[in-house]
Amino acid sequence: MPHDHDHPHSVLPPEPALRIKALETILTQKGLIDPAALDEIIDTYQNRIGPQNGAKVVAKMWVDADFRADMLNDPMPRLREMGLYGRQGEHMVIVENTSEVHNVVVCTLCSCYPWPLLGLPPGWYKSDAYRARVVREPRAVLAEFGLSLAEDQKLRVWDSTAEIRYLVAPERPKGSENMSEDELIALVTRDSMIGTAILPEVSA
Amino acid sequence: MTRVHDMGGRFGDGPVDPQDNATFAQDWHARALAVTLACGALGQWNIDVSRHSRERLSPKDYTRFSYYEKWMSALADLLVEHDILSVEELREGQAEGPSALADKMLKAAQVANVLSAGGPSERESTIKPTFQVGEYVKTRKRAGNENVEGGHTRLPNYATGAVGQVVLYHGSHVLPDASAHGLGEAPEPLYAVAFSSQSLWGKTANTADEVILDLWQSYLEPV
Repeated sequence: MPHDHDHPHSVLPPEPALRIKALETILTQKGLIDPAALDEIIDTYQNRIGPQNGAKVVAKMWVDADFRADMLNDPMPRLREMGLYGRQGEHMVIVENTSEVHNVVVCTLCSCYPWPLLGLPPGWYKSDAYRARVVREPRAVLAEFGLSLAEDQKLRVWDSTAEIRYLVAPERPKGSENMSEDELIALVTRDSMIGTAILPEVSA
Repeated sequence: MTRVHDMGGRFGDGPVDPQDNATFAQDWHARALAVTLACGALGQWNIDVSRHSRERLSPKDYTRFSYYEKWMSALADLLVEHDILSVEELREGQAEGPSALADKMLKAAQVANVLSAGGPSERESTIKPTFQVGEYVKTRKRAGNENVEGGHTRLPNYATGAVGQVVLYHGSHVLPDASAHGLGEAPEPLYAVAFSSQSLWGKTANTADEVILDLWQSYLEPV
């Protein structure tokens, strides 16, 4: 067990952009990282994997009862079929919002988040304020997102303390009854799948 | 006693800023993520070791560092602890020579496969589940790692000594308390346990609220 006071990182340049540049340079010189692989990783999470994946799952749950049942029972086989398996999404549990129960997800100990379905987390999800407060005063935090729940609506806060990742399936908005699956996908927001938003009624 | 990262329930952080939306607010954030994942692919440590390296930052650094500064500082520490880089190399910003691990370097063509392969934590275990869904359980009194002083654990302080109800059984999973310290994977049953907010925070909490945590069997005792 290394000692707590040994912190080699302290010899790196103080400015963060220079610090990562220095690390990248040394690691590349040593043949440990391939700059092209870094570009590929960044491109994957900047452009290819994001909340549009989760939105596909949610919209399909709204239109396909069998799929919904599978998602609520054991989502992994169907998610694999859809190509939505991967790092930080190996063990998904999908929880459904209803008029009786609202769900919201956090990771108080770090920043666990379902990458294959939502991409990488936004700044606020990783913030001390969200991590510290949403377990203790979830309704106050939701109000800061403009969401107020009825006093008697049940609220479940899921703290992702293991490798299980949670996705919230928001309620299908009123007014969306005649929309196609593709149109529905476009309605589903990232925050509604974390649980800090609900989907507004669709006006005709 | 746990460490500075264990902040669930803490007072004084102020409001959440929903406008703080970006995945990568700066270009170097993306580089820090990518370098961390690429180094992870060298196979010299697991996710629990990696998390613990961030938790071991001094409270002062943990608090003042932005998110990806924590990642890269912890990564630099891990690289030195595993004799992959020297402090001298970090100080000079120059490599002293090629690494013996260079044949393990993640190549661009492998990235898609590595990310989509993931790293599942479910394992066979000889430890049988002793709790049923619906049963009430009590978390242990202390949050810290039982075997390693200052070691990694995933039982937050705020949920210690609390009575909750098992709502899901997840199968057996690698135990971070062992896996972060080279003590093997030690898989054991993992459950989602629901606690009423009032049982965690007292009577000011809303009676309709609950907090659900994923907890390993050794964190729990029968009620």
